[in-house]
Amino acid sequence: MSQIFHRSTNTLSKFSIFGGTFLAAGGLWLALELTRSPYVTNAGVAREQPVPFSHAHHVGGIGIDCRYCHTSVEKAAYAGIPPTKTCMNCHSQIWSQSPTLEPVRESYRTDKSIEWVKVNDLPDFVYFDHSAHVNKGVGCTTCHGRVDQMPLMWQEKSLQMEWCLDCHRAPEKYVRPRAEVFSVAWQAPPNQLEEGRRLVTEYKIHTRTSCSTCHR
Amino acid sequence: MSAESRLVPAIKLDLSGVRRRLDGTQRRTYWKSLEELAETPEFLEFLHREFPRQADEFTDPAGRREFLRVMGASLALAGLTACTKQPEEKIVPYVKQPEEIVPGRPLYFATAVLDGGYAKGVLVESHMGRPTKIEGNPEHPASLGATDAQGQAAVLGLYDPDRSQTVRSYGEIRSWQEFLAVLKPALAKQKPISGAGLRILTETLTSPTLAKQLEDVLAEYPQASWHQYEPAAADNARAGALLAFGEAVETRRNFDKADVILAIDADFIGGGPANVRHIRDFATRRKIRGEQAQLNRLYAIESSPTLVGANADHRLPIRPSEVEGAVRQIATLLGLAVSGGSAAHAAWVGPMVKDLQAHAGASLVIAGESLSPAAHALVHAINERLGNVGKTLSYSTPVAAAPCDQSASLQELVAAMSANKVDILLVLGGNPVYNAPADVPFREAMMRVPLRIRLGLYDDETSERCHWQLPEAHPLETWSDARAYDGSATILQPLIAPLYGGKSAHEVLATLTAHADRTSYAIVREHWQARLGPLDFERAWRRTLHDGLLAGSALPEKAVVVKLGDWTRGTPATVPAGLEVAFRVDPSVGDGRFANLGWLQELPKPLSKLTWDNAVLMSLATAKRLGVSSTSNFEGRVESAGEPTPQGTLTDVVEVKSGGRSVRGPAWIVPGHPDGVITIHLGYGRTRVGRVGTGAGFNANLIRTAAAPWWDTGVSVAKTGERRVLACTQDHWSMEGRNIIRAASLEEYAKNPEFVKEMGEEPPQDLTLYPPHPYPGHAWGMAVDLNSCVGCNACVTACQSENNIPVVGKDQVGRGREMHWIRVDRYYAGDPEKPESLETQHQPVLCMHCENAPCEVVCPVAATVHSDEGLNEMVYNRCVGTRYCSNNCPYKVRRFNFYLYQDWDTKTLKMQRNPDVSIRSRGVMEKCTYCVQRINEKRIDAQNEGREIRDGEIQTACQQACPAEAIVFGDQNDAASRVARLKAEPRNYGLLAELNTRPRTSYLAAVRNPNPEMPGPTARSAGQLAAAAGFTPDVADLGDVPERGRSING
Repeated sequence: MSQIFHRSTNTLSKFSIFGGTFLAAGGLWLALELTRSPYVTNAGVAREQPVPFSHAHHVGGIGIDCRYCHTSVEKAAYAGIPPTKTCMNCHSQIWSQSPTLEPVRESYRTDKSIEWVKVNDLPDFVYFDHSAHVNKGVGCTTCHGRVDQMPLMWQEKSLQMEWCLDCHRAPEKYVRPRAEVFSVAWQAPPNQLEEGRRLVTEYKIHTRTSCSTCHR
Repeated sequence: MSAESRLVPAIKLDLSGVRRRLDGTQRRTYWKSLEELAETPEFLEFLHREFPRQADEFTDPAGRREFLRVMGASLALAGLTACTKQPEEKIVPYVKQPEEIVPGRPLYFATAVLDGGYAKGVLVESHMGRPTKIEGNPEHPASLGATDAQGQAAVLGLYDPDRSQTVRSYGEIRSWQEFLAVLKPALAKQKPISGAGLRILTETLTSPTLAKQLEDVLAEYPQASWHQYEPAAADNARAGALLAFGEAVETRRNFDKADVILAIDADFIGGGPANVRHIRDFATRRKIRGEQAQLNRLYAIESSPTLVGANADHRLPIRPSEVEGAVRQIATLLGLAVSGGSAAHAAWVGPMVKDLQAHAGASLVIAGESLSPAAHALVHAINERLGNVGKTLSYSTPVAAAPCDQSASLQELVAAMSANKVDILLVLGGNPVYNAPADVPFREAMMRVPLRIRLGLYDDETSERCHWQLPEAHPLETWSDARAYDGSATILQPLIAPLYGGKSAHEVLATLTAHADRTSYAIVREHWQARLGPLDFERAWRRTLHDGLLAGSALPEKAVVVKLGDWTRGTPATVPAGLEVAFRVDPSVGDGRFANLGWLQELPKPLSKLTWDNAVLMSLATAKRLGVSSTSNFEGRVESAGEPTPQGTLTDVVEVKSGGRSVRGPAWIVPGHPDGVITIHLGYGRTRVGRVGTGAGFNANLIRTAAAPWWDTGVSVAKTGERRVLACTQDHWSMEGRNIIRAASLEEYAKNPEFVKEMGEEPPQDLTLYPPHPYPGHAWGMAVDLNSCVGCNACVTACQSENNIPVVGKDQVGRGREMHWIRVDRYYAGDPEKPESLETQHQPVLCMHCENAPCEVVCPVAATVHSDEGLNEMVYNRCVGTRYCSNNCPYKVRRFNFYLYQDWDTKTLKMQRNPDVSIRSRGVMEKCTYCVQRINEKRIDAQNEGREIRDGEIQTACQQACPAEAIVFGDQNDAASRVARLKAEPRNYGLLAELNTRPRTSYLAAVRNPNPEMPGPTARSAGQLAAAAGFTPDVADLGDVPERGRSING
């Protein structure tokens, strides 16, 4: 009786076993990369807004403090998006005829809100609290990046859970002195880990990783 | 599967089994339902299944096809769900932000919810202009920080999508101006005749502003008249006070000062304008802390089972016709010159009266509305005789505006309408077409009125017969005012602009006088400007609004003396042959005004544990005499080869005939119900109210007469042969006769404070395969004091409101799929055929947050995990719906979303939701979280302020609502915390702790305070309970019970 399988079948089967494994692994790797990519997370994608508001100009150029607009960042979960009134505090005086700012003036005139596009958008099942972070020495730029260098706003980080946990598991990597929280130019010192550990103790930072910390 | 093979015989309640069980018992056995006591095989099978009948869809061919279709679609989509990108979302900030609003931080406003016109002070939580949750106002005398279930549901009433939304005339949408255009000329015609044809009908009112407005209307139209009617008005109490004192007075009770309380058909727990306060005061005297045990003692005489009877140390269930005889007997024994007493229950009444006398000055006798005016007068005399006046109770002038005999008032109105004397009828609130007594032809008479105007929250039965239906503004969306039970005035402030352009009664009344087009705000403010004085008015006004109460506005005590009169003479009543009927207000939906609130419809009634229906309630003996029974249709067994019967409890429908009128309703056995009486609750059988309430139950008003509003004799009840399915939660999640409830008498407790520990064992801590969890920081725990819990259900509704818990509907409740995260179990001890032997105990059951949680170890996807503070967490996003966790939970506190129960579409309902809690979707398990959103909020607050969380700072929703302060939550790692101290009490025990689950929720055993001189089982020690004296059934035909007449200790 002759052989049923040709000798080349050996090579073929070896190749397909190895090939299949690599293909599966490669596919998995691709999928994981994809879910972490800006295509899914939107990180680094500048958003179109009704008014091309520039943080680079207002923060970097003029030097307005974050809290002038984001008033509730120290006392509530939401940092707060400024009401039209805040814009008009200045823009009723300067650039008051600028066509770019017409939507702002229209909003003020008609009492209809400006609808901004949410840039840093957490899923609805995540309950993040700005005040808890800001009061414990997590700087604005740690999560939001150098907003003073963003002409249009984009989301700096992935905002995925592994990114949250990175800090919650080792806060010393990121905490800074409270006085520097709103400083956009702050740079981590070379001995950040050592300094961070000191601040974690001093600020009594007990980061929690239980699910109900953020999901409820 | 053929139809025949599904023809499984129905389960009959086997009473011989009940009897056998009781015979064998030598200690107090608590049971939840008669089926459980009998341990029928079907019941046991039901028990051992997790969710009753989830496989039902497969036996129904249409259901199976639907399932396959849905499954096919979801399989196709399953792989894609992870690939979705988040949709783009908008942020819509204010144009000019109000100063006090911080996005994400709720504001609280003090106002009041109305209960029969009386104010109960509340604080309403508002998230950026949306009221979402009701809490009690700690400074308000009727609340002291707590609420009742109806108060909690007020916020759902506000957002009810079925509310009347527009002015309508003959069903057509009209405008307010069009209405005024019709009203003005009609009023102009009334002017020359001094308003002789103008009639205004309201419910009970306490609003000072509204009363003043009505006065002004009557001054402008002197011939007009103001009538009042609501079905549960305090007519008898008022008439009783008139008899006793010659004037109407309001009785104020101080339960906290009473050592011995006798409640005669008076449900001071279940309802009334002061029930929340009464529960607090009553429960304060039921607290045992260590050796301190100064318990009060509650006696209850009742003709229909209520929570008062359930909490009583001694209960005398008698027929309604016997009650007055008993009251007269009590008065006679106390030495009052009263005749007509009946010695029928001397063995019970005698020692009880002695106890009252022994606590003269510290006792309290209260009479319920169902008692006759003479009996009310007698109770006033009894209290005076006992020297209680000024101590445990006091009197004041009436709180309600222009109190009157409302039944008579309605009859006058009907007479005038029948005589064509009424040209304009203005019905402000109420719903007389639905709830007028059967012998008062309101509906027919009103049709003779040429202009009928109705202001109502719903376009209901009365609106249907009016020319104009005006949408009423909900109390949470308009300015108004009201008085509490003690007269304290609260100004009601709106939390939101009227959702549907509703008008308040103030605004409607203003159209009758020259002040048309004035807003409620202007009207109420002007009224108080006159009262508070122009000096510093703004400050006083703001203070009153902020506090939710006008300081010092309680009515002063009034000294009144009982003048004995004719009412002391009576003839000994003969107990009539035949059945009697008792009418009571429904414990959930009231007189029907809450019929469209799903939270209240689905709230299991405190004793019957029925939802979505009322029933003809009766004792076991009465049911047997009538030959009616209930069949647990646990498995959805098919009754006939045709349509499958819905799951639930199949029960016989009976026809109740009284005075030539009849209604049909399902019979329901309530252990402890007096024999020979049936109870029917009002509030059901609404024909026009909304998608929730329409068609639920049957209307008892159809046989209730003005002459006998609360009870009647000569009623006949007959089985119709029809059967109906009821959704009852009493047998779901039963716990198989372990020592779930632990109770003792005060005497036993004094002898052996450790009795609780002897009733169950707690395995050593290391008896587990899993490594122990360390709890270095906080360790959240809860203690529930069963001695304080009265079973009022406030916690259930509070939880539903706080945690966005959906309403599932009658069919789903019948399948055991209700979603409540906290339930109140009700257990009985005693012989179900001897109502007087019944002892009732309530137990709230929520997630135990076990330290060795059986649910956590079986979840294949780690969707239920342990937190570092001991919370048993549920991660909805991980849950794939295996339900293994629920299967492994010994407490059956996990709830599964079999369908998409949440309403994702109705806009107003979305506004009610708590933004701090996730909305769960289909296919996800959920359960009590210990209100983790509240824990996180307070933790962040404390961290931001650089301090530790204070004990008592975190209150769970159930704890905050509890009027009895039975629930205490806190950090059990902190030895000084209230919860840690309670857990150190000898009465503390864990539910099923023998399983080594190490529950974080623990219970403090109940301690009753029976009078050793009293007959009846509660007076004896627990060990003797089952060994009661000879048993003689009072029913001639016991039918299929072989052990008939046998002594139960024989």
